[in-house]
Amino acid sequence: MTLSTRPKPLVDNWNKPFWAACAEGKLVLQRCKATGKCFFPPAPVSPFTGKPDWEWITASGRGTLWSFVIFHQSYFPGMRDELPYPVVMVKLEEGPYLLTNVEGMEPEDLKIGMRMSVRFPGGPEGFVLPQFGPEA
Amino acid sequence: MPPDTHPQSPAIHLPWPLRDKVAFVGIGTTRYGNFPETDSYGLGCEALNAALDDAGLTPAEIDGLIVNRIPSYERFAEMMGINPQYCLLTEAPGRFSGVSLALAAQAIATGAAKTIALVYGNNGRSVRMLYGGGDSQWSPWGMTSPGAIHAMMWQRHMHDFGTKHGDLGEVSVAFRHHATLNPVAVMHGKPITLEDHATARPICEPLKLLDYCLINDGAVAWIMTSAERAKDLKRPPVLLSGYARQDCFAYGSAPADDYWYPTLSACRSVYDRAGIGRDDIQGLGIYDNFTPTVMFSLEGLGFCKQGESGDFVKGGTLRLGAGRWPTNTSGGHLSDSYMQGWGIIAECVRQLRGDCGERQIPDARAMQYICATHIAQSLILRRADA
Repeated sequence: MTLSTRPKPLVDNWNKPFWAACAEGKLVLQRCKATGKCFFPPAPVSPFTGKPDWEWITASGRGTLWSFVIFHQSYFPGMRDELPYPVVMVKLEEGPYLLTNVEGMEPEDLKIGMRMSVRFPGGPEGFVLPQFGPEA
Repeated sequence: MPPDTHPQSPAIHLPWPLRDKVAFVGIGTTRYGNFPETDSYGLGCEALNAALDDAGLTPAEIDGLIVNRIPSYERFAEMMGINPQYCLLTEAPGRFSGVSLALAAQAIATGAAKTIALVYGNNGRSVRMLYGGGDSQWSPWGMTSPGAIHAMMWQRHMHDFGTKHGDLGEVSVAFRHHATLNPVAVMHGKPITLEDHATARPICEPLKLLDYCLINDGAVAWIMTSAERAKDLKRPPVLLSGYARQDCFAYGSAPADDYWYPTLSACRSVYDRAGIGRDDIQGLGIYDNFTPTVMFSLEGLGFCKQGESGDFVKGGTLRLGAGRWPTNTSGGHLSDSYMQGWGIIAECVRQLRGDCGERQIPDARAMQYICATHIAQSLILRRADA
Protein backbone atom coordinates (compact mmCIF):
# COMPACT_ATOMS: atom_id res chain seq x y z
CA MET A 1 0.00 0.00 0.00
CA THR A 2 1.24 3.44 -0.89
CA LEU A 3 -0.04 6.97 -0.45
CA SER A 4 1.66 8.17 -3.63
CA THR A 5 -1.33 7.40 -5.85
CA ARG A 6 -3.84 9.16 -3.60
CA PRO A 7 -5.94 12.02 -5.02
CA LYS A 8 -4.15 15.34 -4.57
CA PRO A 9 -5.70 17.87 -2.21
CA LEU A 10 -7.53 20.91 -3.52
CA VAL A 11 -5.20 23.73 -2.55
CA ASP A 12 -6.58 27.22 -2.00
CA ASN A 13 -5.30 30.39 -0.40
CA TRP A 14 -6.61 29.39 3.01
CA ASN A 15 -5.33 25.83 3.29
CA LYS A 16 -1.93 26.43 1.67
CA PRO A 17 -0.21 26.88 5.09
CA PHE A 18 -1.84 23.66 6.33
CA TRP A 19 -0.33 21.65 3.47
CA ALA A 20 3.03 23.40 3.79
CA ALA A 21 3.12 22.42 7.48
CA CYS A 22 2.18 18.81 6.70
CA ALA A 23 5.15 18.65 4.32
CA GLU A 24 7.31 19.48 7.36
CA GLY A 25 5.60 16.88 9.52
CA LYS A 26 3.54 19.37 11.49
CA LEU A 27 -0.22 19.58 12.00
CA VAL A 28 -1.43 23.18 12.16
CA LEU A 29 -4.85 24.69 12.79
CA GLN A 30 -6.35 28.14 12.71
CA ARG A 31 -7.26 29.51 16.13
CA CYS A 32 -9.79 32.29 16.64
CA LYS A 33 -8.13 35.06 18.64
CA ALA A 34 -11.35 36.26 20.22
CA THR A 35 -12.56 32.88 21.49
CA GLY A 36 -9.35 30.81 21.55
CA LYS A 37 -11.13 28.06 19.65
CA CYS A 38 -9.73 26.21 16.65
CA PHE A 39 -11.47 25.45 13.38
CA PHE A 40 -10.99 23.32 10.26
CA PRO A 41 -11.10 23.29 7.22
CA PRO A 42 -9.07 26.51 6.82
CA ALA A 43 -11.16 29.59 6.12
CA PRO A 44 -10.77 33.36 5.68
CA VAL A 45 -12.63 34.11 8.92
CA SER A 46 -13.38 32.53 12.30
CA PRO A 47 -16.79 30.81 12.31
CA PHE A 48 -17.17 31.91 15.93
CA THR A 49 -17.05 35.63 15.15
CA GLY A 50 -17.16 35.92 11.36
CA LYS A 51 -14.02 38.07 11.60
CA PRO A 52 -10.59 37.54 9.99
CA ASP A 53 -9.07 37.54 13.44
CA TRP A 54 -7.18 34.26 13.78
CA GLU A 55 -3.69 32.78 13.95
CA TRP A 56 -2.05 29.52 12.94
CA ILE A 57 -1.04 27.26 15.82
CA THR A 58 0.74 23.93 15.92
CA ALA A 59 -1.79 21.35 17.08
CA SER A 60 -1.01 18.64 19.60
CA GLY A 61 -1.57 15.99 16.92
CA ARG A 62 -3.65 14.02 19.40
CA GLY A 63 -7.33 13.19 19.43
CA THR A 64 -9.93 10.49 19.93
CA LEU A 65 -11.64 8.24 17.41
CA TRP A 66 -15.20 9.57 16.92
CA SER A 67 -16.23 7.03 14.28
CA PHE A 68 -14.96 5.06 11.30
CA VAL A 69 -16.10 3.35 8.11
CA ILE A 70 -14.64 0.74 5.78
CA PHE A 71 -14.88 1.47 2.05
CA HIS A 72 -15.53 -1.51 -0.22
CA GLN A 73 -16.65 0.53 -3.21
CA SER A 74 -14.01 2.00 -5.51
CA TYR A 75 -14.32 5.74 -6.13
CA PHE A 76 -10.67 6.69 -6.80
CA PRO A 77 -8.52 4.77 -9.30
CA GLY A 78 -5.41 5.48 -7.19
CA MET A 79 -6.95 3.79 -4.14
CA ARG A 80 -8.21 0.60 -5.78
CA ASP A 81 -5.30 -1.41 -4.38
CA GLU A 82 -6.14 -0.25 -0.86
CA LEU A 83 -9.70 -1.66 -0.89
CA PRO A 84 -11.22 -2.33 1.52
CA TYR A 85 -9.82 0.75 3.26
CA PRO A 86 -10.83 2.53 6.48
CA VAL A 87 -11.61 6.22 6.90
CA VAL A 88 -11.57 7.43 10.49
CA MET A 89 -13.15 10.56 11.94
CA VAL A 90 -10.84 11.88 14.64
CA LYS A 91 -11.87 14.60 17.07
CA LEU A 92 -8.69 16.57 17.72
CA GLU A 93 -7.90 17.75 21.24
CA GLU A 94 -8.29 21.29 19.92
CA GLY A 95 -11.91 20.61 18.87
CA PRO A 96 -12.13 20.20 15.08
CA TYR A 97 -12.64 16.89 13.32
CA LEU A 98 -10.33 15.39 10.71
CA LEU A 99 -11.31 12.66 8.29
CA THR A 100 -8.20 10.59 7.79
CA ASN A 101 -6.85 7.03 7.62
CA VAL A 102 -4.97 4.70 9.90
CA GLU A 103 -1.29 3.88 9.94
CA GLY A 104 0.47 1.37 12.09
CA MET A 105 -2.62 -0.60 13.08
CA GLU A 106 -5.23 -2.95 11.64
CA PRO A 107 -8.77 -1.67 11.01
CA GLU A 108 -10.07 -4.55 13.18
CA ASP A 109 -8.46 -2.86 16.18
CA LEU A 110 -10.31 0.42 15.77
CA LYS A 111 -12.39 1.21 18.85
CA ILE A 112 -14.52 4.33 19.09
CA GLY A 113 -13.14 6.54 21.85
CA MET A 114 -9.57 5.28 21.53
CA ARG A 115 -6.74 7.80 21.72
CA MET A 116 -4.96 8.44 18.44
CA SER A 117 -2.09 10.56 17.24
CA VAL A 118 -0.87 11.90 13.94
CA ARG A 119 1.97 10.71 11.71
CA PHE A 120 3.12 11.77 8.26
CA PRO A 121 4.08 8.71 6.22
CA GLY A 122 3.83 10.23 2.70
CA GLY A 123 1.40 11.31 0.03
CA PRO A 124 0.87 12.12 -3.62
CA GLU A 125 3.67 14.06 -5.34
CA GLY A 126 4.28 17.38 -3.60
CA PHE A 127 2.11 16.58 -0.56
CA VAL A 128 2.22 14.73 2.74
CA LEU A 129 -1.07 13.40 4.11
CA PRO A 130 -1.63 13.27 7.85
CA GLN A 131 -2.58 9.76 8.98
CA PHE A 132 -3.50 8.57 12.46
CA GLY A 133 -2.57 5.61 14.60
CA PRO A 134 -2.72 4.54 18.25
CA GLU A 135 -1.31 7.24 20.50
CA ALA A 136 2.36 6.55 21.09
CA MET B 1 -17.24 22.11 14.33
CA PRO B 2 -17.56 22.43 18.09
CA PRO B 3 -21.15 22.12 19.27
CA ASP B 4 -21.40 25.72 20.45
CA THR B 5 -21.74 26.92 16.88
CA HIS B 6 -24.84 24.72 16.45
CA PRO B 7 -28.18 26.47 16.70
CA GLN B 8 -30.28 26.06 19.79
CA SER B 9 -33.65 24.59 18.90
CA PRO B 10 -35.72 27.65 18.07
CA ALA B 11 -39.30 26.78 18.90
CA ILE B 12 -41.60 28.61 16.56
CA HIS B 13 -44.74 27.24 18.12
CA LEU B 14 -47.10 29.54 16.31
CA PRO B 15 -49.57 28.98 13.52
CA TRP B 16 -47.85 29.18 10.15
CA PRO B 17 -48.95 32.29 8.26
CA LEU B 18 -49.33 30.15 5.12
CA ARG B 19 -51.34 27.40 6.82
CA ASP B 20 -53.75 25.77 4.31
CA LYS B 21 -53.35 28.65 1.86
CA VAL B 22 -51.61 26.68 -0.89
CA ALA B 23 -52.63 23.40 -2.52
CA PHE B 24 -51.28 20.61 -4.71
CA VAL B 25 -53.56 20.32 -7.72
CA GLY B 26 -51.56 18.21 -10.16
CA ILE B 27 -49.09 15.35 -9.78
CA GLY B 28 -47.16 13.61 -12.52
CA THR B 29 -44.47 10.94 -12.42
CA THR B 30 -42.71 9.03 -15.19
CA ARG B 31 -41.54 5.44 -15.15
CA TYR B 32 -38.23 5.04 -13.33
CA GLY B 33 -35.45 3.05 -14.96
CA ASN B 34 -32.74 3.24 -17.62
CA PHE B 35 -33.83 5.48 -20.49
CA PRO B 36 -30.79 6.53 -22.56
CA GLU B 37 -33.13 7.48 -25.43
CA THR B 38 -34.26 10.59 -23.50
CA ASP B 39 -32.78 12.94 -20.87
CA SER B 40 -33.82 15.09 -17.92
CA TYR B 41 -35.59 17.52 -20.28
CA GLY B 42 -37.56 14.76 -22.00
CA LEU B 43 -38.42 13.14 -18.70
CA GLY B 44 -39.34 16.51 -17.15
CA CYS B 45 -41.70 17.30 -20.06
CA GLU B 46 -43.33 13.88 -19.68
CA ALA B 47 -43.89 14.36 -15.93
CA LEU B 48 -45.16 17.91 -16.36
CA ASN B 49 -47.62 16.82 -19.07
CA ALA B 50 -48.90 14.11 -16.73
CA ALA B 51 -49.30 16.69 -13.94
CA LEU B 52 -51.08 19.15 -16.26
CA ASP B 53 -53.49 16.42 -17.39
CA ASP B 54 -54.04 15.45 -13.77
CA ALA B 55 -54.89 19.06 -12.88
CA GLY B 56 -56.86 19.76 -16.07
CA LEU B 57 -54.54 22.65 -16.97
CA THR B 58 -52.55 23.70 -20.05
CA PRO B 59 -48.99 25.11 -20.17
CA ALA B 60 -50.46 28.55 -20.88
CA GLU B 61 -52.06 28.53 -17.45
CA ILE B 62 -48.69 28.05 -15.70
CA ASP B 63 -47.20 31.38 -14.61
CA GLY B 64 -44.50 30.08 -12.29
CA LEU B 65 -41.81 27.47 -12.92
CA ILE B 66 -39.25 25.86 -10.62
CA VAL B 67 -36.97 23.21 -12.11
CA ASN B 68 -34.52 20.91 -10.35
CA ARG B 69 -31.81 18.65 -11.83
CA ILE B 70 -32.84 19.95 -15.26
CA PRO B 71 -29.85 21.95 -16.51
CA SER B 72 -31.66 25.13 -17.66
CA TYR B 73 -34.99 26.60 -16.60
CA GLU B 74 -34.85 28.76 -19.70
CA ARG B 75 -34.54 25.88 -22.15
CA PHE B 76 -37.17 23.89 -20.29
CA ALA B 77 -39.63 26.80 -20.34
CA GLU B 78 -38.90 27.31 -24.04
CA MET B 79 -39.59 23.64 -24.75
CA MET B 80 -42.90 23.65 -22.90
CA GLY B 81 -43.99 27.04 -24.22
CA ILE B 82 -44.23 28.51 -20.72
CA ASN B 83 -43.61 32.25 -20.27
CA PRO B 84 -43.88 32.68 -16.51
CA GLN B 85 -43.70 35.69 -14.24
CA TYR B 86 -41.71 33.65 -11.69
CA CYS B 87 -38.92 31.24 -12.62
CA LEU B 88 -36.13 29.51 -10.76
CA LEU B 89 -33.60 26.66 -10.90
CA THR B 90 -32.90 25.18 -7.47
CA GLU B 91 -29.77 23.42 -6.22
CA ALA B 92 -29.21 19.73 -6.91
CA PRO B 93 -29.24 18.11 -3.42
CA GLY B 94 -32.45 16.36 -2.41
CA ARG B 95 -33.01 18.74 0.49
CA PHE B 96 -34.13 21.18 -2.23
CA SER B 97 -37.36 19.30 -2.95
CA GLY B 98 -38.78 20.66 0.30
CA VAL B 99 -37.05 24.01 -0.17
CA SER B 100 -38.55 24.34 -3.67
CA LEU B 101 -41.97 23.50 -2.30
CA ALA B 102 -41.70 26.21 0.36
CA LEU B 103 -40.49 28.77 -2.19
CA ALA B 104 -43.47 27.98 -4.42
CA ALA B 105 -45.84 28.36 -1.45
CA GLN B 106 -44.32 31.74 -0.62
CA ALA B 107 -44.53 32.89 -4.23
CA ILE B 108 -48.20 31.91 -4.46
CA ALA B 109 -49.07 33.45 -1.10
CA THR B 110 -47.42 36.76 -1.99
CA GLY B 111 -48.92 36.92 -5.47
CA ALA B 112 -45.61 36.47 -7.28
CA ALA B 113 -47.31 33.72 -9.28
CA LYS B 114 -50.73 32.09 -9.35
CA THR B 115 -50.03 28.57 -10.55
CA ILE B 116 -46.55 27.08 -10.27
CA ALA B 117 -45.19 23.98 -11.96
CA LEU B 118 -42.33 22.34 -10.07
CA VAL B 119 -40.43 19.91 -12.26
CA TYR B 120 -37.69 17.50 -11.23
CA GLY B 121 -35.91 15.48 -13.92
CA ASN B 122 -32.94 13.18 -13.43
CA ASN B 123 -31.12 10.90 -15.86
CA GLY B 124 -28.50 9.77 -13.36
CA ARG B 125 -28.72 6.12 -14.28
CA SER B 126 -28.24 6.33 -18.04
CA VAL B 127 -25.35 8.78 -17.67
CA ARG B 128 -23.88 6.49 -14.96
CA MET B 129 -23.84 9.26 -12.36
CA LEU B 130 -21.51 8.27 -9.51
CA TYR B 131 -22.35 9.88 -6.19
CA GLY B 132 -18.75 10.00 -5.01
CA GLY B 133 -15.20 10.41 -6.28
CA GLY B 134 -13.86 13.59 -7.83
CA ASP B 135 -12.03 16.33 -5.99
CA SER B 136 -13.31 17.42 -2.61
CA GLN B 137 -12.11 18.44 0.83
CA TRP B 138 -11.57 14.83 1.94
CA SER B 139 -10.70 13.03 -1.31
CA PRO B 140 -6.97 12.60 -0.44
CA TRP B 141 -8.14 10.33 2.38
CA GLY B 142 -10.61 8.47 0.19
CA MET B 143 -13.60 9.91 2.03
CA THR B 144 -16.38 10.53 -0.45
CA SER B 145 -20.03 9.83 -1.25
CA PRO B 146 -23.17 10.61 0.78
CA GLY B 147 -23.44 6.93 1.77
CA ALA B 148 -20.11 7.09 3.61
CA ILE B 149 -21.29 10.11 5.59
CA HIS B 150 -24.33 8.18 6.80
CA ALA B 151 -22.21 5.09 7.47
CA MET B 152 -19.93 7.20 9.68
CA MET B 153 -22.90 8.57 11.59
CA TRP B 154 -24.59 5.16 12.01
CA GLN B 155 -21.35 3.59 13.29
CA ARG B 156 -21.27 6.23 16.01
CA HIS B 157 -25.01 5.88 16.68
CA MET B 158 -24.49 2.15 17.34
CA HIS B 159 -21.70 3.05 19.76
CA ASP B 160 -23.67 5.79 21.53
CA PHE B 161 -27.00 4.01 21.82
CA GLY B 162 -26.45 0.28 21.25
CA THR B 163 -28.40 0.19 18.01
CA LYS B 164 -27.43 -2.46 15.47
CA HIS B 165 -26.97 -2.68 11.72
CA GLY B 166 -29.84 -5.17 11.77
CA ASP B 167 -32.19 -2.44 13.02
CA LEU B 168 -31.83 -0.77 9.64
CA GLY B 169 -33.11 -3.95 8.03
CA GLU B 170 -36.60 -3.21 9.38
CA VAL B 171 -36.63 0.00 7.32
CA SER B 172 -35.32 -1.70 4.21
CA VAL B 173 -37.77 -4.61 4.45
CA ALA B 174 -40.80 -2.39 5.15
CA PHE B 175 -40.16 -0.16 2.13
CA ARG B 176 -39.49 -3.19 -0.07
CA HIS B 177 -42.82 -4.62 1.05
CA HIS B 178 -44.46 -1.39 -0.14
CA ALA B 179 -42.74 -1.78 -3.51
CA THR B 180 -44.38 -5.19 -3.84
CA LEU B 181 -47.76 -3.41 -3.53
CA ASN B 182 -46.83 -0.71 -6.07
CA PRO B 183 -46.98 -2.11 -9.62
CA VAL B 184 -44.71 0.64 -11.00
CA ALA B 185 -42.04 0.48 -8.27
CA VAL B 186 -38.59 -0.40 -9.57
CA MET B 187 -38.32 -3.25 -7.05
CA HIS B 188 -41.88 -4.50 -7.57
CA GLY B 189 -41.98 -8.29 -7.34
CA LYS B 190 -38.65 -8.52 -5.52
CA PRO B 191 -39.37 -8.96 -1.81
CA ILE B 192 -36.48 -9.13 0.64
CA THR B 193 -35.96 -10.47 4.16
CA LEU B 194 -34.00 -9.22 7.15
CA GLU B 195 -31.43 -11.87 6.31
CA ASP B 196 -31.05 -10.51 2.77
CA HIS B 197 -30.37 -7.11 4.32
CA ALA B 198 -27.82 -8.53 6.74
CA THR B 199 -25.93 -10.54 4.12
CA ALA B 200 -25.93 -8.00 1.28
CA ARG B 201 -22.55 -6.97 -0.03
CA PRO B 202 -20.89 -4.19 1.98
CA ILE B 203 -20.55 -0.82 0.23
CA CYS B 204 -19.21 1.38 3.01
CA GLU B 205 -19.37 -0.49 6.31
CA PRO B 206 -21.34 -0.52 8.43
CA LEU B 207 -23.74 0.09 5.50
CA LYS B 208 -24.48 -2.57 2.90
CA LEU B 209 -26.18 -2.63 -0.47
CA LEU B 210 -29.77 -2.69 0.84
CA ASP B 211 -29.13 0.41 2.98
CA TYR B 212 -28.59 2.42 -0.21
CA CYS B 213 -31.18 4.08 -2.46
CA LEU B 214 -31.63 3.26 -6.15
CA ILE B 215 -30.30 5.60 -8.85
CA ASN B 216 -32.58 5.75 -11.90
CA ASP B 217 -33.76 7.99 -14.68
CA GLY B 218 -37.13 9.58 -14.07
CA ALA B 219 -39.04 12.76 -13.37
CA VAL B 220 -41.66 14.12 -11.02
CA ALA B 221 -43.85 17.21 -11.42
CA TRP B 222 -46.14 18.96 -8.97
CA ILE B 223 -48.51 21.80 -9.74
CA MET B 224 -49.34 24.13 -6.89
CA THR B 225 -51.80 27.00 -6.67
CA SER B 226 -53.84 28.84 -4.06
CA ALA B 227 -56.29 26.82 -1.98
CA GLU B 228 -59.02 29.09 -3.31
CA ARG B 229 -58.23 28.41 -6.96
CA ALA B 230 -57.71 24.71 -6.25
CA LYS B 231 -61.41 24.31 -5.46
CA ASP B 232 -62.27 24.88 -9.13
CA LEU B 233 -59.83 22.32 -10.51
CA LYS B 234 -60.26 18.68 -11.44
CA ARG B 235 -58.83 16.78 -8.49
CA PRO B 236 -59.52 16.98 -4.74
CA PRO B 237 -57.03 19.57 -3.48
CA VAL B 238 -54.34 18.59 -1.00
CA LEU B 239 -53.39 21.47 1.28
CA LEU B 240 -49.95 22.42 2.57
CA SER B 241 -50.85 22.88 6.23
CA GLY B 242 -47.47 23.40 7.81
CA TYR B 243 -43.78 23.66 7.02
CA ALA B 244 -40.82 23.89 9.38
CA ARG B 245 -37.14 24.15 8.60
CA GLN B 246 -33.90 24.64 10.49
CA ASP B 247 -30.48 24.70 8.84
CA CYS B 248 -27.11 23.97 10.38
CA PHE B 249 -23.92 24.21 8.35
CA ALA B 250 -21.50 24.14 11.27
CA TYR B 251 -20.23 20.57 10.84
CA GLY B 252 -16.77 21.48 9.52
CA SER B 253 -17.55 19.76 6.22
CA ALA B 254 -17.56 16.46 8.14
CA PRO B 255 -20.45 14.08 8.97
CA ALA B 256 -22.93 15.62 11.41
CA ASP B 257 -21.77 14.70 14.92
CA ASP B 258 -25.25 15.21 16.39
CA TYR B 259 -27.37 13.19 13.93
CA TRP B 260 -29.06 16.55 13.11
CA TYR B 261 -31.02 16.00 16.31
CA PRO B 262 -31.16 19.68 17.36
CA THR B 263 -32.32 20.92 13.96
CA LEU B 264 -34.79 18.08 13.44
CA SER B 265 -36.12 18.70 16.95
CA ALA B 266 -36.66 22.33 15.99
CA CYS B 267 -38.85 21.07 13.15
CA ARG B 268 -41.29 19.60 15.68
CA SER B 269 -42.86 23.06 15.46
CA VAL B 270 -44.46 21.78 12.25
CA TYR B 271 -47.38 20.39 14.29
CA ASP B 272 -48.25 23.75 15.82
CA ARG B 273 -47.61 25.46 12.53
CA ALA B 274 -50.03 23.11 10.75
CA GLY B 275 -52.54 22.92 13.58
CA ILE B 276 -52.38 19.15 13.24
CA GLY B 277 -51.02 16.91 15.99
CA ARG B 278 -48.99 13.77 15.52
CA ASP B 279 -51.99 11.62 16.47
CA ASP B 280 -53.96 13.07 13.57
CA ILE B 281 -51.44 11.90 10.98
CA GLN B 282 -51.99 8.58 9.21
CA GLY B 283 -48.72 8.08 7.35
CA LEU B 284 -45.22 9.37 6.69
CA GLY B 285 -42.89 10.20 3.85
CA ILE B 286 -39.27 10.14 5.02
CA TYR B 287 -36.28 11.07 2.88
CA ASP B 288 -34.48 7.72 2.69
CA ASN B 289 -31.31 8.20 0.69
CA PHE B 290 -29.85 5.68 3.18
CA THR B 291 -31.58 3.71 5.91
CA PRO B 292 -30.01 5.67 8.84
CA THR B 293 -31.68 8.94 7.76
CA VAL B 294 -35.03 7.31 8.50
CA MET B 295 -33.87 6.55 12.04
CA PHE B 296 -32.47 10.07 12.54
CA SER B 297 -35.75 11.53 11.24
CA LEU B 298 -37.92 9.45 13.57
CA GLU B 299 -35.78 10.36 16.58
CA GLY B 300 -35.45 14.03 15.69
CA LEU B 301 -39.14 14.58 15.12
CA GLY B 302 -39.91 12.80 18.40
CA PHE B 303 -41.61 9.61 17.22
CA CYS B 304 -39.35 7.88 19.73
CA LYS B 305 -36.63 8.99 22.12
CA GLN B 306 -33.14 9.63 20.82
CA GLY B 307 -31.31 6.34 20.47
CA GLU B 308 -34.47 4.24 20.51
CA SER B 309 -35.26 4.12 16.79
CA GLY B 310 -33.99 0.54 16.58
CA ASP B 311 -36.63 -0.71 18.99
CA PHE B 312 -39.22 1.66 17.54
CA VAL B 313 -39.09 0.23 14.00
CA LYS B 314 -39.06 -3.43 15.11
CA GLY B 315 -41.98 -5.61 14.10
CA GLY B 316 -43.15 -3.55 11.14
CA THR B 317 -43.93 -0.14 12.67
CA LEU B 318 -43.30 1.47 9.26
CA ARG B 319 -45.06 -1.28 7.26
CA LEU B 320 -48.49 -0.71 5.80
CA GLY B 321 -51.03 -3.09 7.33
CA ALA B 322 -48.73 -3.98 10.22
CA GLY B 323 -47.72 -0.82 12.07
CA ARG B 324 -48.99 2.56 13.19
CA TRP B 325 -46.73 4.55 10.83
CA PRO B 326 -46.86 3.37 7.21
CA THR B 327 -43.90 5.15 5.64
CA ASN B 328 -42.83 5.59 2.00
CA THR B 329 -45.70 3.53 0.64
CA SER B 330 -44.41 3.81 -2.96
CA GLY B 331 -41.25 1.98 -1.91
CA GLY B 332 -39.36 5.21 -1.27
CA HIS B 333 -35.83 5.91 -2.45
CA LEU B 334 -34.72 2.50 -1.25
CA SER B 335 -37.15 0.35 -3.24
CA ASP B 336 -38.85 2.58 -5.80
CA SER B 337 -36.36 5.19 -6.88
CA TYR B 338 -34.12 7.99 -5.66
CA MET B 339 -36.15 10.93 -6.91
CA GLN B 340 -34.65 13.10 -4.16
CA GLY B 341 -37.78 13.65 -2.11
CA TRP B 342 -39.88 14.73 -5.11
CA GLY B 343 -41.38 11.26 -5.55
CA ILE B 344 -41.98 10.81 -1.82
CA ILE B 345 -43.92 14.09 -1.59
CA ALA B 346 -45.89 13.08 -4.72
CA GLU B 347 -46.78 9.82 -2.96
CA CYS B 348 -48.01 11.74 0.12
CA VAL B 349 -50.36 13.74 -2.15
CA ARG B 350 -51.60 10.58 -3.84
CA GLN B 351 -52.29 8.96 -0.48
CA LEU B 352 -54.42 11.93 0.54
CA ARG B 353 -56.43 11.72 -2.69
CA GLY B 354 -56.99 7.99 -2.22
CA ASP B 355 -55.15 7.18 -5.48
CA CYS B 356 -52.92 4.42 -4.10
CA GLY B 357 -54.83 1.22 -4.79
CA GLU B 358 -53.35 -1.79 -3.04
CA ARG B 359 -50.94 0.38 -1.06
CA GLN B 360 -53.58 2.89 0.08
CA ILE B 361 -53.41 3.94 3.74
CA PRO B 362 -57.00 3.59 4.99
CA ASP B 363 -58.68 6.96 5.48
CA ALA B 364 -55.50 8.99 4.97
CA ARG B 365 -56.37 12.55 5.98
CA ALA B 366 -52.96 13.99 6.86
CA MET B 367 -49.41 12.97 5.91
CA GLN B 368 -46.07 14.19 7.24
CA TYR B 369 -42.81 14.48 5.27
CA ILE B 370 -39.42 14.63 6.99
CA CYS B 371 -35.98 15.28 5.54
CA ALA B 372 -32.87 14.87 7.72
CA THR B 373 -29.94 16.83 6.28
CA HIS B 374 -28.06 20.07 6.97
CA ILE B 375 -31.37 21.68 5.96
CA ALA B 376 -33.71 19.80 8.30
CA GLN B 377 -37.33 20.04 7.23
CA SER B 378 -40.75 18.68 7.91
CA LEU B 379 -44.08 19.43 6.34
CA ILE B 380 -47.66 18.34 6.85
CA LEU B 381 -50.16 17.91 4.06
CA ARG B 382 -53.86 17.31 4.51
CA ARG B 383 -56.96 16.61 2.48
CA ALA B 384 -58.97 19.79 1.98
CA ASP B 385 -62.16 18.03 3.08
CA ALA B 386 -60.61 16.33 6.11
